[in-house]
Amino acid sequence: MQTLIHQIVAGLATGCIYASIALAISMVHQSTHQLNFAQGEMAMFSTFIAWALMQAGLSYFSAFALTVIVSFVLGMLIERFIIRPVGKTSQLSMVVVVIGLLLVCNSSAGWIWGYDVRPFPSPFPDDMRLLGGYVTAHEAGSFCITMAMLIALYLFFRFTPLGLAMRAAAQNPVSSRLVGVRVDLLFGVGWGLAAAIGAVAGITVAHVLFLDVNMMAGAVLYGFAAALVGGIDNPWGAIAGGFLIGVVENLLGAYVVGNDLKLTVALLIIVGVLTFKPAGIFGVQRVRRV
Amino acid sequence: MTAPLLQVQQLDAMYGKTQVLHSIDFAIESGHITAVLGANGAGKTTTLRAISGMVKTRGKIILDGRQIDNRKTESITRMGVAHVPDNRGTFIDLTVEENLRMGAYVRRDRDRVAEDFDMVYGYFPKLAERRKQQAGTLSGGEQQMLAISRALMLRPKLLLLDEPSFGLAPLVVREIFAIMRRINEHEKVSMLLVEQNANLALDLAHHAYLLESGRVKMSGEASAIKSDESIRRSYLGY
Amino acid sequence: MVDVADTMPVADAGHTKRVSFSEKWAWLPVLVIAVCLPFLVSDYRLFQGTLTLNYALVLFGLTILTGYSGQISLGHGAFYALGAYITAILITRFDVPYWATLPVSAVVCLAVGFVFGRPALRLEGHYLALATFALAVATPQFLKHKVLQPYTGGVGGILFTKPEAPFDLPISADAWIYWFTLFVTAILFVIGRNLLKGRIGRALLAIRDHPTAARAMGVDSAFFKSMAFAVSALFAGVAGSLGAISVQFVAPDSFYPLLSIMFLVGAVIGGLHSWWGPLFGAMFLQFIPNITDDMSKSASWAIYGVLMILSVFLMRDGIAGAINRLWGVLRRIAGARA
Repeated sequence: MQTLIHQIVAGLATGCIYASIALAISMVHQSTHQLNFAQGEMAMFSTFIAWALMQAGLSYFSAFALTVIVSFVLGMLIERFIIRPVGKTSQLSMVVVVIGLLLVCNSSAGWIWGYDVRPFPSPFPDDMRLLGGYVTAHEAGSFCITMAMLIALYLFFRFTPLGLAMRAAAQNPVSSRLVGVRVDLLFGVGWGLAAAIGAVAGITVAHVLFLDVNMMAGAVLYGFAAALVGGIDNPWGAIAGGFLIGVVENLLGAYVVGNDLKLTVALLIIVGVLTFKPAGIFGVQRVRRV
Repeated sequence: MTAPLLQVQQLDAMYGKTQVLHSIDFAIESGHITAVLGANGAGKTTTLRAISGMVKTRGKIILDGRQIDNRKTESITRMGVAHVPDNRGTFIDLTVEENLRMGAYVRRDRDRVAEDFDMVYGYFPKLAERRKQQAGTLSGGEQQMLAISRALMLRPKLLLLDEPSFGLAPLVVREIFAIMRRINEHEKVSMLLVEQNANLALDLAHHAYLLESGRVKMSGEASAIKSDESIRRSYLGY
Repeated sequence: MVDVADTMPVADAGHTKRVSFSEKWAWLPVLVIAVCLPFLVSDYRLFQGTLTLNYALVLFGLTILTGYSGQISLGHGAFYALGAYITAILITRFDVPYWATLPVSAVVCLAVGFVFGRPALRLEGHYLALATFALAVATPQFLKHKVLQPYTGGVGGILFTKPEAPFDLPISADAWIYWFTLFVTAILFVIGRNLLKGRIGRALLAIRDHPTAARAMGVDSAFFKSMAFAVSALFAGVAGSLGAISVQFVAPDSFYPLLSIMFLVGAVIGGLHSWWGPLFGAMFLQFIPNITDDMSKSASWAIYGVLMILSVFLMRDGIAGAINRLWGVLRRIAGARA
């Protein structure tokens, strides 16, 4: 029983990362109808930036804040100069571009900072355990940071004019233009926010996974799966999906298939879910007018 | 004589390679309601879309002395053109109030925006009742009212209306058209109205243009066109 | 929950123009060069040529699946691996001659592709991409798993001897393998092309662009789409077998997930709407990494990624489309001069 609780708690902790990546993917898809396969690599790149800033002498939180801002700007630039020009062509061309972006992020991180694995600091003490010993301070802290970010985003989208405009632009870009919303600019903001979210995810997970160029490879797969299972245009579904997959993955690894196959089995379960609910668990089935 | 609010000169409009409007000329006076009439496929909706920058055009469109052709739709809106499209274009997942707030998105004058909420609810009390409701749950007539109200929240110089009567019960249409007349008289909003229902449109409008196959076939005072039986029979079918 | 809205079309919308490059005779010089290649280049280059043909075969299958049938697959590495392992296992465990493994590979991959294609029908666009990518990720993990080890040789894989030219012909093994690959590839190309030029191709295009209308006209869309998947799997499987024969080695890590993604990338960059696309795409996949590696050891994949992005920016219809346009320009110039 104790191990079960521990696995579930650990699953929720990793679920934070999957939920964040899933949210970023869902946001980008909602506004620009593109799946950003490079979301994980961008997050990894951001984490390296944070690491470099800390090496240069900045404190953890200064580096954190600065990295989030820089990632936001980079996300907007990528949307403006790489994604937007291609968006007018086919979906498949976009897949190629995004894969190219993935390779560029991954390889340039390696080129700039090297391919070795390195430790990443945490503001939370390593030896502390909370909640009766089930949870490390870092896991609890990451969870709180993620929650704070999600709450901030919710408030932004629900209560600010810009958030409202972004929701409107995602739902109905044509009507948004007709009320004067600069839709293209807001799509850029969407990409910027997604990049910033990825940065937060990367920084919080780097302490556990250790920082190297392939750190986010597994997480992004689960993030995608979570976004799709939760219903690609439903941010709440994406978040719920992320936590769900985190827990399921951990339980599978501990009790069912062992670590080698748990990625495969998790994915196959996801595929199974999609076969029965093709638009995701919380997704909305879109009916096309003939 | 004051310059017209909107001038369209030698306007061509294209959907891809297909040309839909051929060298159209017309002008709209400030404070007037102008109707654009014609059969299906005549190019009426395309005319509105051309003004809003939603289709590729050649030729000149001049609003209040400034050229607006081939600009981005959102820039044209920011210059004071509010377009109510033929599918209403409401944000169905947002509430009525959020829709109206989006209508005022570009405005900086907060207190006057608050006044305009009151104005709009005054014209359309049904919207006031449903202000927290999701727009997608409104009836057809209410959605049309919402679409018009959202456009009004811009405090536009020019209001473009694409087939406001479409799919609505006659009673509702009469109500809406009566309100539109009041809006034009009290708020002095200039309107360009595309309608298939020529009778209604000619009752409301001051001037009218008749389009056929993407060309202006005739134009004149609405009352004159309405009273001329031969024109009505040959072009408007009644 | 049902919502009425306008959705983004699944594959390439509006690309009903089909394969271009109508110069029928252009095949001839290319074929001649291809046949003479063993006399023209070194053994290593010939080996690269063989691999290029393998990739071209896979990409041709993807052209059928994605270009004609509008389904996205990020998992064809799995079928490539399946074909490769079938060949390896049949050769080492059942003493089947290498050439006889190809029909087995073809049939098995056709069947597996069909079985996978059926449920895949329910998934559109992104969802299908994820499902097929799950397949790609699963492949190396399954191949390494203890349960299958007696058959697959586990992480170490399977090694076998290089096939020699038959009837003691005085040609090198590399040349023989190259010609063999060329022969099989050419036959499958011709068969595939003939299939697509007729009713089947038209049916697939109709299903891709106007699925509801196609069904209303009596086209069994489920069958055709599953068959498209099956046939593309067949092509990938036979290519995998040929690949195994060229290298005489299969191992789980040769079939890493990115390989599947790169197959799709190659198909798109080559040009999804041209018969030449698979060949150009295969050449891109085979030779560009070498070039970028020469340019910079540590940033080679970054440069590769940049080239991929540039290809999409500059060549909307892939390399084949760009060459088409270039050819058109040259002809116009020649015509103007005449």
